[in-house]
Amino acid sequence: MTDATMADMAASGGQELKTSDGRSLKAALKASQSVERRRAFLLVLPLLALLVASFIIPIGQLVTRSVYNPEVASYLPETSSALSGWNGEGVPDEEVFAALAADMVVGAENRTIGRVAARINREMPGTRSMIMGLSRSAEELQPPYREAFLADDEGWGEQALWRFLKRETRIITPAYYLIATDLEYNAEGEIVQRPENYQVYRTLFWRTAWMSLTITALCVLLGYPIAHLLATQPLRIANILMILVLLPFWTSLLVRTSSWIVLLQQQGVINDMLVWLGVVTDSGRLRMIYNKTGTIIAMTHILLPFMILPLYSVMKTIPPSYMRAARSLGATQTYAFTRVYLPLTIPGLAAGVLLVFILAIGYYITPALVGGDSGIFISNLIASNMQSSLANLKLGAALATILLVLVMLFYFVFNKLIGVDRLKFG
Amino acid sequence: MLRKMLLASAATVVVTAATPALTQDADSLTIVSWGGAYERSQQLAYYEPFTEETGVEILQESESANGLAGIRSQVEAGNVSWDVVDLLQSDAQRACDEGLLEVIDPAEWLADGDDGTPPEEDFIENTMGDCFIPQILYATMFAYNTEAFPDGGPQTVEDIWDLEAFPGTRALQRIPQKNLEWALLADGVEPDQVYEVLATEEGQDQAFAKLDEIRDSVIWWEEGAQPPQLLADQEAVIATAYNGRIFDAQMNEDQPFEIMWDHQMFEVDGWVIPVGNEDELDTIKEFIRFSTDTQRLADQAQYIAYGPARNSSASKVSTFEGTDIEMAPHMPTNPENLETAIAFDVQFWADYGDALEERFNAWLAQ
Repeated sequence: MTDATMADMAASGGQELKTSDGRSLKAALKASQSVERRRAFLLVLPLLALLVASFIIPIGQLVTRSVYNPEVASYLPETSSALSGWNGEGVPDEEVFAALAADMVVGAENRTIGRVAARINREMPGTRSMIMGLSRSAEELQPPYREAFLADDEGWGEQALWRFLKRETRIITPAYYLIATDLEYNAEGEIVQRPENYQVYRTLFWRTAWMSLTITALCVLLGYPIAHLLATQPLRIANILMILVLLPFWTSLLVRTSSWIVLLQQQGVINDMLVWLGVVTDSGRLRMIYNKTGTIIAMTHILLPFMILPLYSVMKTIPPSYMRAARSLGATQTYAFTRVYLPLTIPGLAAGVLLVFILAIGYYITPALVGGDSGIFISNLIASNMQSSLANLKLGAALATILLVLVMLFYFVFNKLIGVDRLKFG
Repeated sequence: MLRKMLLASAATVVVTAATPALTQDADSLTIVSWGGAYERSQQLAYYEPFTEETGVEILQESESANGLAGIRSQVEAGNVSWDVVDLLQSDAQRACDEGLLEVIDPAEWLADGDDGTPPEEDFIENTMGDCFIPQILYATMFAYNTEAFPDGGPQTVEDIWDLEAFPGTRALQRIPQKNLEWALLADGVEPDQVYEVLATEEGQDQAFAKLDEIRDSVIWWEEGAQPPQLLADQEAVIATAYNGRIFDAQMNEDQPFEIMWDHQMFEVDGWVIPVGNEDELDTIKEFIRFSTDTQRLADQAQYIAYGPARNSSASKVSTFEGTDIEMAPHMPTNPENLETAIAFDVQFWADYGDALEERFNAWLAQ
């Protein structure tokens, strides 16, 4: 209801409510509430500022970086405009080469040419030294430039290079997203699959997803009975059990991961025991680490408390009489569990699944340490790209953005299926 | 990699927290290095004598594992708190290409050798970069645990691929660099043609096919501290490693390790100067001149088994600190160890690194 209609009603009624000092009640209420509102806003302001500074701005930068492509457009401006007149067939004419020579002189002076070289080299390996080599002597180039370039390196006569440059004159590019999904432009500018021996990112996204699901499922299988035990034992025992759950939770992630290395490696405790028991021979020791198995075992252990705690908090609130009532009405143990107990624990179970899955999908340290070759996650490739050349940094940003979108999608679907407002986190 | 990430997050905090206090203060220099025994050797050989002579305090940060990303973000933000950074030559090349580093004029920045050789000629050939002043030369090579091979360990790169004669797990670094070179060498490619072959599609296929032969016996390491540990636990019987790490384990932990110098790959590590510290440039130049002269480089070698980057320093290398163990035979630059050595080609990897890293990751993920 708008202010105008309120005023109309008050006027037509002819009996506007007033406070004792004669002000309109509505205005007085609004004034007192606005103070409250301002105070509340001031209270959340630090958090808001933190969120903007540490979360929204960096993510914004990440997304911007993943598509921003100034190398050719901004650092080779003359070449870009000269290329707009080229029809894309054969090798461009003297005008384009002259423009490139001029851009090279400026680029060498401003030291921006290296970024251009890195960008082009990312998709055409080997071109970096060709470009950097020429830029050192760019000032000495004499017309006709086309001949001069070709004399320096015949790579300048490649049609593919010029088509690539022409395509790269756009300041926004999807190129990094293409690589991040194992696609690329071919010489004709069409989007195609990358050669098979370069396809890696889709595999890793897929692996990250299914391994995270496996870890979540294992956490449910292991965590559910423990949480039930915790919730139903007498307080004294439950407290001791709770400490056993919490102690690892409070222990450093690195310590826990390293302990798993000690336990699982081929010369480790478990293998030693199996050899001693005669289950495996000394030469046939099991490889349980530096592969998928290692990642799954270590991460399940590390993430288990995130499943147990929400489950426990929900189970604690379920009166034991419900199950007894179900049994007394003739339900079997299984029936009573599936129809009474399980549905009541769904808010905790769903919260645990959400927590564990989302934590798992972005996990970095544990897969890096125990993942070997087959057990690493997409986050490990994001990290290595972030530490590498400028072009790879942008690829890393694209991969991270895709991961973010996937997590948000998962959250959306999860919300549709379960309803996030029903969750109980503890 | 793990350490890189931890450092990355730590670096952000350090950068934001420490910046206002540290800039514009020529009474001190912030020098970034790798931590551990290596940074200690720099502290003893360079930092402490420099402070003694000039009164300039050296603030140490062990962030080099995150050096390239750190310099990039500081320069982009226009807020550079690192004065001098210790980087690998390959990372220095990338940063230099991106315009993040001061260009070095050797004649202006560096001292002549103590025999009067100008710096351009005194430093080992091909190690000086446009923005890069080499300090030490280190080797990556194969090492093995002698307990695993009572009848003698592998002697050549071909032996590494011989799973019958030398059974057991190999630990290799999880990067394509060097592994692909060794694969080609083991496949009979002539040492002087390795990079030529590796630049071709067929050469790359050949290298990956050769790696396939031992793949089931390989575990992959990421941190320099891992290989000595893996060898000590006999989790791997042969490992690629940095020579300084193996030397350290031999000397300080009495580990039964042996270095196989055949086809060792050596590369240099050195100083770079991020752009954006013009006010302090004089002090920085003074430090660089001081720390890279003949005597200092030779001094560093008594604390760690990495070879000095100047030819004129070689004859001055003495014994390992507190012992009478001659350092020379443990140096990658020792003539005997250099016989079949391969110079790691930074330019090649600057060109093909992005592509080969991707292909390597794809190969690992299969």
